[in-house]
Amino acid sequence: MPITIPREEYMQKGHTACAGCGATLSMRYVLKGMGPKTAVTVPACCWSVIPGEFPYTALDVPLLYTTFASAGASISGLREGLDSQGKEDYNVVAFAGDGGTADIGLQGLSAAMERGHNVLYIMYDNEAYMNTGIQRSGSTPYGAWTTTTPVGLKRDYKREKKKYVADLMMAQNVPYVATATVAYPEDLERKISTAKSIKGPKFIQILSPCPPGWYYNSADTIKVSRLAVETRVFPLYEFKNGKLTLFKPAKKPNITEYLSLQGRFGHLKEDEIKEVEAAVAERWESLLRKEQN
Amino acid sequence: MAILPITYLSSSTKVMSSWRTSKPVIDYSKCTRCAICWKFCPDVAIDLVVDPNLNAPSERFRVLEAPSIDYDHCKGCGICGTECPFGAIEMVREEI
Repeated sequence: MPITIPREEYMQKGHTACAGCGATLSMRYVLKGMGPKTAVTVPACCWSVIPGEFPYTALDVPLLYTTFASAGASISGLREGLDSQGKEDYNVVAFAGDGGTADIGLQGLSAAMERGHNVLYIMYDNEAYMNTGIQRSGSTPYGAWTTTTPVGLKRDYKREKKKYVADLMMAQNVPYVATATVAYPEDLERKISTAKSIKGPKFIQILSPCPPGWYYNSADTIKVSRLAVETRVFPLYEFKNGKLTLFKPAKKPNITEYLSLQGRFGHLKEDEIKEVEAAVAERWESLLRKEQN
Repeated sequence: MAILPITYLSSSTKVMSSWRTSKPVIDYSKCTRCAICWKFCPDVAIDLVVDPNLNAPSERFRVLEAPSIDYDHCKGCGICGTECPFGAIEMVREEI
């Protein structure tokens, strides 16, 4: 089988991510797609510890650490600085977690997209603040256990629905918005290459499963990621020139296959699983309607 | 002259093998060189090498690039073992 993904590795071995980390796979494919002429900005998130302690770095491209709220602001500044030096062929990428995107960094992201800088914002979505110890974020799905939504006797799991940042970006009419996941690396790499070819702000949300945070065996990272797409929990779509294209998986496994793999959903009873299923179906229908319009 | 910050070391100089509790072992007689394990390795610890001396399901596979595991950097997550469609990768418990 010929390999269609670029062979060059810009993310090196020896990083300090947990075994089976989905976020490192995301970074690996993002850099393969963007190439060596790239500058990466990382706010506080898992990736601010993964490259390793000083003087180590796991990336072969320039890496800038920034504060939690300012991933959007820092890519705007980097872009304008590079442009004023005539380095327009360099790509600027923000690589932020879901906390730094959906909650704390949302205004910076929204403003950077609105100002129309030629930047790519990657949100690697591991569905909680994993770096600081699995606290709930706006992007945590309904029904999940986290350390700030402990189930306990009161059954205090997360009662709020997930905030879909990619949908927010579509509503803001960002020229290129896509969702991707690590189980489909060719698709992920193609979306990055497409984003690279478009001038203007781009936003890609990558579902990155997290073995310690989602409580599953580290060997199942790709399986969980694939099941998320096939069960329609995390629909893959592309929004380009005002047109939405939704990926429709051929198989539709039961949602319990996805939920039962993960300990964070282990407490859900049958009627609660039905609620999750209904919410997933509702979102899928609304995306189908959006695609037709 | 501008001062350039070049005080960094590549993380590939670090050895991560102590993180591992089980290690993947490839049975080359089942390996069809599809490179799926290479694609899904989060630690970039699988290299593709051409080695005609490795075992293969049949002669025509010997000329293809085969996966080779870098045990200095593999953390033993087991993704390659789960994803291998031919069951050619087995996770073996590490012993001290």
